[in-house]
Amino acid sequence: MIRIGTVVFSFLVCALASTGALAQQPLKIGIVTFLSGPAAGPFGVPARNGFELVAEMLNAGTVPAPYATKGFGGRAIELVIIDEAGGPQKQVAELRNLAQRVDYVVGYISSGDCLAVAPVAEELKKLTVLFDCGTPRIFEDASYKYVFRTGPPGTMDNTSAALYALERHPNVKSIAGINQNYAWGQDSWTDFEAAMKALKPGIEVKTSQMTKLFAGQFGAEISTLLSSGAELIHSSFWGGDLEGLVLQGAPRGLFQKHIVVLSAGEPGINRLGTRIPDGTIIGARGPFGPFAPDTEFNRWFKTTFQDRYNLPPNYASYKATNALLGLKAAYEKAQKAGAANPSQEQIIAAFENLSFEGVGGTVKLSLGKGHQATMENAIGTAKTVGGELRIVDVKRYAPEQINPPEGLKSEAWIKSGFRK
Amino acid sequence: MNNLLAVVFDGVVYSSWLFLMAAGLTLIYGVMKILNIAHGSLYALGGYTAATIAGAWLAAGQAAIGSYAMLVLAALLVGVVMGPLLERGLLKWMYGKDEVVLLLVTYAAFLILEDAIKLIWGVESMLLPDPYSLPGNFHIGTLAYPVYNLLLIAMAILVGLALAWALYRTRQGKLLLAVIHDREMSATMGINVNRVYLATFTVGSMLAALGGALTAPMIAVSPGIGVEVIVLSFAVVVVGGLGSLGGAAIGALMVGIVRSAAVRYWPEAELFTIYFVMALVLIARPKGLFSAPEARKI
Repeated sequence: MIRIGTVVFSFLVCALASTGALAQQPLKIGIVTFLSGPAAGPFGVPARNGFELVAEMLNAGTVPAPYATKGFGGRAIELVIIDEAGGPQKQVAELRNLAQRVDYVVGYISSGDCLAVAPVAEELKKLTVLFDCGTPRIFEDASYKYVFRTGPPGTMDNTSAALYALERHPNVKSIAGINQNYAWGQDSWTDFEAAMKALKPGIEVKTSQMTKLFAGQFGAEISTLLSSGAELIHSSFWGGDLEGLVLQGAPRGLFQKHIVVLSAGEPGINRLGTRIPDGTIIGARGPFGPFAPDTEFNRWFKTTFQDRYNLPPNYASYKATNALLGLKAAYEKAQKAGAANPSQEQIIAAFENLSFEGVGGTVKLSLGKGHQATMENAIGTAKTVGGELRIVDVKRYAPEQINPPEGLKSEAWIKSGFRK
Repeated sequence: MNNLLAVVFDGVVYSSWLFLMAAGLTLIYGVMKILNIAHGSLYALGGYTAATIAGAWLAAGQAAIGSYAMLVLAALLVGVVMGPLLERGLLKWMYGKDEVVLLLVTYAAFLILEDAIKLIWGVESMLLPDPYSLPGNFHIGTLAYPVYNLLLIAMAILVGLALAWALYRTRQGKLLLAVIHDREMSATMGINVNRVYLATFTVGSMLAALGGALTAPMIAVSPGIGVEVIVLSFAVVVVGGLGSLGGAAIGALMVGIVRSAAVRYWPEAELFTIYFVMALVLIARPKGLFSAPEARKI
């Protein structure tokens, strides 16, 4: 009898102890970002820095309100970071492995990777938060339960750039483009061209240069653009291609003789500085970096990041931080609904249609049946003041002004003249 | 007329860049029968070393004109260090193996060097724009072109002439041609084939690094820049005929000018032009335009 009592007592002690231990175990979050390859410098590593910084500060409980609770609802978080380089096929295999090791996955910069992993995350039933990729096709062409995206879709980059360009230069009659010849560059040009044609019928397209990704040298393309007669040139270049275009185009007068719109120009600001000629229109794929609103929360983020990495955060750092904050907000919302250790299903229910305060402003998951975030967007103009590059004449656009309403596809919505 | 001139000039500039890399690749293949994939990494190393040395030179407030010498010095440094290191440390142990095995070995070296570059310089790009913009512009019609482009063309011509002179007008060059023609017979006649290999690989490495060093002021020197280069220079070498210096020059000119014309008149096709030229040439001459006739061996 004594022996049975001892066994039962021991079992209860062990069970309680293991429950306690379980509650103390950190939540493992798989992070996927470029750590190698050409996308690592401008996006991948700044994003990783954002992830690491915010995770560390969340665990220490030093993030300002409303995120002051340690970790996720008191439970520490642990990041498992893997490299996004290698292409969609590799990422699908990596996700299958990662999903077994972590509680949630946050990641993906490349639109190609996002399109490939989203259905796999759904198949694996693993809560996956896409943080940066831009293609609107994720939630316009499919519907997901386990996949969320806390970064706004790329549609708004070009709709807001077109609105801004025509507000500042209403007499523009002709445009040209130089974009990278893959999904991102092609989609960006298609959206921008359609938006310009919708906003100003009759506008003429002089040339559309589609360059090989990471070609690096654009001598012939710049000559063609210079002699095309186009008044405005659009480019969604990023990374080394963006820097190469500015380094090679500026000395030849490309930026002085034309209005140049760099729809994803913000990550190049820190690298290029005053080499970006005055008057260049710059976008940051959201209200990030120098376009972020001057709030206490944003000031805290900028200062903390700058102190740690000796560089200001770029849009990838902002988006990475927002993804973790969004997941935390959903987790804690599920806790408030009564679950001390919320299940994945409870977190998903809390995440859908969530609105949370991000470092660049309010993030609303208002598209894609409550899985796709929208934010306002800001566009500005480069101007060198006192030997430093400043972004001036910043204009903010409300999310509903530059994104299609729920149920409408971006391309059709733009062609309809942004009709609601 | 201006458009046509612009097409030709842009094409010649691009060809000069292509030739600098293709010359080293074809030289190494001609002598050693190695398709050196690591050539792309040597190009990248040239770019990074140039950006580092010339950047430090300019940051120290030295005369800007000296930065051009730093570009050349960077290429020499990379060639002298990496050429012997790769040839003596790696390739020497693989001689006599199948060409495909040697290709895979250089591919492994390429992957290792790409990671080594990331370890040394990180993943952030490096910029060295001053040598590109300092000499100012000249005009063809209404189009402004950097004078630096002329420097690039001059350097390609100089390299081509120097290589031709060294190959056909010097004793060492004639020994090298003998090795190209028949390695075994050359060794039998007392030529130190191993030394010829070492010298050839070092010069080839220098040419790759020179291509990278001279390109550094025009681009953002960033991880992966060597990948594109190896594909392009391989296509040029195949068009010209593997191992032919003159072929590399003609191949580079053909590819450069056709590409430039496509950019202006048919931009959608630009991506395919280089392969289009390669396919056309290979249909007509399967071993390239100037492939050397193979000696019949008994």
